[in-house]
Amino acid sequence: MTVTTAACAFGVVAVLLVILGFITYQGISSVSWEFLVDTPKPVGEGGGIGNAIVGSLILLGLASAVGIPVGVAVGTYLAELGGNWFGKTVRFVADTMIGVPSIVFGVFIYGLIVVRQGYFSTLAGSAALALIMIPIVARTTEEMIKLVPNTMREGALALGAPQWRVTVDIVLPAAMAGIATGAMLAVARVLGETAPLLFTAFGSRFYNIYLDEPMASLTVQIYHYAISPFEEWHAKAWAATLVLITLILGINILVRFVTRRRF
Amino acid sequence: MLYICAGSVLAITLTMVVAMTQSSWLSIKEFGLGFLVGQVWDPVKGEFGALPFIWGTIASSVLALIIAVPLSVAVAIFLVEQAPRSLARPLGFLVELLAAIPSVVYGLWAIFVLAPLLRIYVQPFLQSLFGWLPLFQGTATGIGLLTGGVVLAIMITPIITAVTRDVLEAVPVTQREASLALGATRWETTKIVLSNASSGIAGAVILGLGRAIGETMAVTMVIGNRPQISASLFDPAYSIASVIANEFTEATGDLYISALTEMGLILFIVTFVVTGLAKLLIMSVANRNLPQN
Repeated sequence: MTVTTAACAFGVVAVLLVILGFITYQGISSVSWEFLVDTPKPVGEGGGIGNAIVGSLILLGLASAVGIPVGVAVGTYLAELGGNWFGKTVRFVADTMIGVPSIVFGVFIYGLIVVRQGYFSTLAGSAALALIMIPIVARTTEEMIKLVPNTMREGALALGAPQWRVTVDIVLPAAMAGIATGAMLAVARVLGETAPLLFTAFGSRFYNIYLDEPMASLTVQIYHYAISPFEEWHAKAWAATLVLITLILGINILVRFVTRRRF
Repeated sequence: MLYICAGSVLAITLTMVVAMTQSSWLSIKEFGLGFLVGQVWDPVKGEFGALPFIWGTIASSVLALIIAVPLSVAVAIFLVEQAPRSLARPLGFLVELLAAIPSVVYGLWAIFVLAPLLRIYVQPFLQSLFGWLPLFQGTATGIGLLTGGVVLAIMITPIITAVTRDVLEAVPVTQREASLALGATRWETTKIVLSNASSGIAGAVILGLGRAIGETMAVTMVIGNRPQISASLFDPAYSIASVIANEFTEATGDLYISALTEMGLILFIVTFVVTGLAKLLIMSVANRNLPQN
């Protein structure tokens, strides 16, 4: 039996390595400085993913600016005060929202923002991503805060600190490293999201910094390159994927090493 | 302050249900429950039926579960019960890394690697063995339900494995010791552990099902995107998430948009219920096996 289960385990890992190996093999030859800074161009004229990289960073930055603070606040509430029925309900709903497909958030934001404004925009894209981040950040934050030993809270309370000061000055700083890594994982997760951006940020072929205009992103650009009928664009899809996967797996592996040293 | 933020999670969820119901009201009013069983999807004539998409979603997800569940449970058993700790940790991490790969990347890989592989080797092989079954008839194109199911299986394996591993680890060591002390073999002991954790494993499977139902990009890229109900796994199909991804930006007319939003609403409610159910099952195992002092 051990042989079978071991074969399954190594088989699954082999799939991972095959996928990563293939991406590297296909992508590495097309990655160049021009590719990383150029905007997409018609077939045969080169072109790259510069605007998509910038777009992804802007979308992520905006989403994080809303999603991380709110998520951390929710997580802090759940860990420190969330033992009642309200906390339990919020925890359950947050847990369940993590399992809701990302495209649903896109549909929701489309109705809420895009239809009312009448155009696709960076703002709408970031809003969808922020909604996806909140429950993820909340749950990891809660887990991290729960790791803070109770004696630290008791010590601060015994010295006469009010509850809110205990939370803000003692508990949060102690859990900060863990919360930061949780936030990084959430960032890595939404960095790979395509579906919620298709009809919110939409995509763009130009460099853009305006928040009320459509915005390119790495994932949507990969999608467009991948489903095109041109060999040359397929090569670009692989190269862009190599860039994306390096970023995402880089964050994941980094987080793994940092947390292992700490806990 | 914190209270308001925590409440925002509930508020967002409620707003999503209300707003999406509102946007799809036109379609709900027009088609009623007939939307769920209508077989025609013709935007030009304004006829919208969701059955082909519901079929594609269920068929591809079930296919994915058939492949992924035995595999994931086996991997979890290996990681928890059999592998030495020094091996289990890195292996477990690598399996989890599979979950970090974005959906669109799986889609790209499936189009250019998995689909040709299935078309050239697997599909003719299946056809030569089981060609008499309607499941394996038709032209092997590499793009269709089977490819969608296989890529979904790869994508949900890490989540089912991770949750199964957690529930197995929640089973107290004393149970294993008791079983071994009574003379049971390692494998018999594992079976006892599995039966103790069975509802949690069921939760893991349902959680995987929820993921498979909502998976969008990878499926869209390989399932073939044709709204039809066919018995053959080789034929193209369409899923709820894919039709939203493909047609939303091109949809013209309020009824069209409304019908697509209703699809989104269905997806939301189904995945919410499925995931909630899974969480309850997983919690039941964790609570049952809490250390008793």
